[in-house]
Amino acid sequence: MGFFWGKFVHLVVVVLAVTAVTFVMLDLLPADVAHEVAGQSATSRDVAAVRQELGLNDSVAARYGRWLAGAARGDLGTSLVTRQPVGEAIASHLPVTLELLLLAQLFALALAIPAGIVSAWRAESPIDRALGSAAFGLISVPSFALAIVLIYFFSLRLKWFPAIGFTPLSEGAWPNIRGMILPAVSVALVEFASLMRVLRGDMIATLREEFILFARAKGLPTWRILLRHALRPSSFTMLTLLGLHIGNLIGGAVIIETIFALPGIGRLLVSSIFSQDYPMVQGCVLIITVGYVAVNFLVDICYGLLDPRVRKEGSVG
Amino acid sequence: MTTTAQRLLVVENLSVSLPAARGEVRVVDRVSLSLERGRTLALVGESGSGKSMLCRAIMGLLPGGARRTGSGRVVFAGRDLGALLERELNRIRGREIGVVLQDPLSSLNPVLTIGRQIAETLRYHLGFSSARARERSIELLRAVGIPRPEERLACHPHQLSGGMRQRVAIAMALSCDPQLLITDEPTTALDVTIQAEILNLLGRLQKERNMAMILVTHDLWVAAGMAHDTAVMYAGRIVEQAPTGELFARMRMPYTKALFDAIPRVDDPPHTNLKAIGGTPPDLAALPPGCRFAPRCPRVQTRCRAEEPPLVANDREDHRYACWFPYPSEDSP
Repeated sequence: MGFFWGKFVHLVVVVLAVTAVTFVMLDLLPADVAHEVAGQSATSRDVAAVRQELGLNDSVAARYGRWLAGAARGDLGTSLVTRQPVGEAIASHLPVTLELLLLAQLFALALAIPAGIVSAWRAESPIDRALGSAAFGLISVPSFALAIVLIYFFSLRLKWFPAIGFTPLSEGAWPNIRGMILPAVSVALVEFASLMRVLRGDMIATLREEFILFARAKGLPTWRILLRHALRPSSFTMLTLLGLHIGNLIGGAVIIETIFALPGIGRLLVSSIFSQDYPMVQGCVLIITVGYVAVNFLVDICYGLLDPRVRKEGSVG
Repeated sequence: MTTTAQRLLVVENLSVSLPAARGEVRVVDRVSLSLERGRTLALVGESGSGKSMLCRAIMGLLPGGARRTGSGRVVFAGRDLGALLERELNRIRGREIGVVLQDPLSSLNPVLTIGRQIAETLRYHLGFSSARARERSIELLRAVGIPRPEERLACHPHQLSGGMRQRVAIAMALSCDPQLLITDEPTTALDVTIQAEILNLLGRLQKERNMAMILVTHDLWVAAGMAHDTAVMYAGRIVEQAPTGELFARMRMPYTKALFDAIPRVDDPPHTNLKAIGGTPPDLAALPPGCRFAPRCPRVQTRCRAEEPPLVANDREDHRYACWFPYPSEDSP
């Protein structure tokens, strides 16, 4: 119980800090929001009216307080540009980001776990070296370059997947997933490389443990030793890295979302920044922060699932 | 003498090499021994003498880089283990040969429950259902003296004390009723009082189940209390081997004597200097040409430095030693 309570307090503190800092930074931007909202042909009186209407004459602290009070009631304000409620805009963009994120992690893990196990088991063998070179190659290629190569081969040449665009789930599961495969693979291939190398390193250390010798002395077949005895104790660093990847993707998949024309949170955030739509920026930042903290929380829980010794410590603290 | 048919384990001329900076070093050198059902053989020696490596070679579980060299054989229950495939060896390891390792803290998997770790051999080797495996696991834990075994099955290793963990490891090694139990320094990592309990347990189980047992130890007293036969290893070779009583009554090889004298005695006056064996074990990459113990031996003569003594029985069939100038047979310590 104390564990969850502690995490909740942590969430509140982080959210307050991050949103406050964002608010202040937006305020420091040189451009005048009221000018943008009032339009090109507005007179200085119009601008003043808009400023009054938006409450821009108040201090930063007062405006932040107002925003916070609204957010606490679930009201994140209204977009200055489209007049759409911020909550609604986020609700329509978030599923795209989550789907990309989930598929990408699934692909990355589906590649990284077998590859990591094999290269640890056969460390320094030709297959390990080949996988290692592939990993370093993939790490050094930016994901957008990879995305363009994938689009060229799989969309333009083979015509297996659409090049760009998002099909909502309401129009069928397959068209929806089909459009997501290339973006997810572009993200996954880069992540796979680091996940696999980390798993390999930890697994090599685990395979030197006495309990692996003991398991072999019990006459268990190799696959069983690798999967049942060695994988779980070797996956801590990989899990940590996975958490960081997911956290980054919530708001940081802008490039991939832009290349594939996916209406995700990353694109919403960037376009809002360009159009000075600060309630929208603020809303995105809030979602990203909550996402980060939630992922970290899940990772902490997973540590306990992976290793009972952590569980014990967790319940004490 | 017994016929080969009665011998459960026969090791002939077994050598193991490890890669070294220049060439290879032989960590186990032309070792021969045999073991019958129901008997215990102690392998005694300093650390680095090759006793653990010998056990791993018998099980076919040599560490990376190490390999068997020469024409040596390991014959277990009539089968040449060196000629078997890994898959076939896996049907013998854990099922016919059980193993207990030194440190129960590191030999049990920290993330799996005790119950799972015992049940997996039962399910894999004997095809038990999970209910039957559970029942048998409880019996096994009870047999090794673990109170309230039903509750322990759900425990993870870190929730048990060192002695309990070693009992659990023994239960795992015994799960498929092996004919041979190899225990590699099973009590070295434990408190002295627990050591005695674990040794008594092993001795009792060995008798009850009529298993053959190899007990690796650096402690001559453990060998004296537990083993029918004792083999002393030095720098990869067996240097003296005899029935334990005979060995303790008539130590012939100076190394055995030195090992024995190095044990502090209760009746020594306080602050008596402990008798260490002078010098250090030889570098296996640069062995002396003659007897390996010659540089440290109190009885060394010219011949010892030139010619390696063979391990042979001279006046008693069952007492073999490798020494040109042994202590006389009536000279008991």
